[in-house]
Amino acid sequence: MSWLLYRNEEMLMLGSDLVMYDEEFKQIDTELNRLLAQANAKVVFVVDKNGQLIAATGETENLDTTSLASLTAGNIAATGGMAKLLGEKEFSILFHEGQRDNIHISIISQRVILVVIFDQRSSLGLVRLRVKKSAEVLSGIFGQLLKKVETGKGPGKAADSPFAEITDEDIDKLFG
Amino acid sequence: MSFINYSSREINCKIVYYGPGLCGKTTNLQYIYKKTNPDSKGKMISLATETERTLFFDFLPLALGEIRGFKTRFHLYTVPGQVFYDASRKLILKGVDGVVFVADSQIERMEANIESMENLRLNLAEQGYNLDAVPFIIQYNKRDLPNVVPLDELKKSLNPKGLLDFEAVATDGTGVFDTLKSIAKLVIMELKKGQEGG
Repeated sequence: MSWLLYRNEEMLMLGSDLVMYDEEFKQIDTELNRLLAQANAKVVFVVDKNGQLIAATGETENLDTTSLASLTAGNIAATGGMAKLLGEKEFSILFHEGQRDNIHISIISQRVILVVIFDQRSSLGLVRLRVKKSAEVLSGIFGQLLKKVETGKGPGKAADSPFAEITDEDIDKLFG
Repeated sequence: MSFINYSSREINCKIVYYGPGLCGKTTNLQYIYKKTNPDSKGKMISLATETERTLFFDFLPLALGEIRGFKTRFHLYTVPGQVFYDASRKLILKGVDGVVFVADSQIERMEANIESMENLRLNLAEQGYNLDAVPFIIQYNKRDLPNVVPLDELKKSLNPKGLLDFEAVATDGTGVFDTLKSIAKLVIMELKKGQEGG
């Protein structure tokens, strides 16, 4: 499920809307860029478990990142279903090897998915090593974000919210 | 579960089309895809079998425009309707913001409709949602066919609470956008309510 609401063991379960603020977004972006460089990767992105793309960096111009995000989440969900059937909590790393490009997928803090796409300029070993380090950093940032949302300290609650004064007319306009 | 990004000023919501096998969920998405301005849609992804039966899901991202300066995107998903794909259906319901139930109006599919509706309620509950509390629209599809159940009977069986519902012929688009607009509206209103509440 989603993000806030209840704590279970050491993890934060997901339970309401995912919210992203500027400060954390920048931190995530910085970390993804560092990972991109250190792992010699082509593309790095994070997706939430429901398939929403959170941030992406690298050679994304000709890449359909929205679809990739959705399929990644589907992939993780299906693998998670398999894990459950086997009595495993989850399979935290997936790796797909192609002729040219490879995809390394890992779950961070049981709530977001980190995806690294790389080719022969890098190697699985290097990617795994760098992902491990970045996972810790990203986990910290997402923890901080959750805390902010939980305590309602982030901007954009009440008055700043895009929904505060939304009208039927606003919604009708969406469909032209 | 919607995703509100204050940094890039975006709102993303997830809508799932549910219903029995061959009721027209994928056809709904295909029609929306066909009729939407290329600038506002992403690629439609269909994970289907060789005989074009949905295997895992269809996915269509739609960018609808801005609300109060926030880009609003809807991610439309269908579930595989066939009974034995239940495990996949559960996965796709994760993080859903709104559900469209597509019913097959043909007499011989009534039982399948009812079974699928019960299955939806059960699978939502497993994810911690209550069908009565989730934004929900019912669409009676295939109204052009000769052997359809009369509307009031469909309503009685599938919509006893009198929720918003539409007649449709997804193949020619009748009712497809009415359904989409209504669920989008319900989802956004629900988001508004959630934000006001906390």
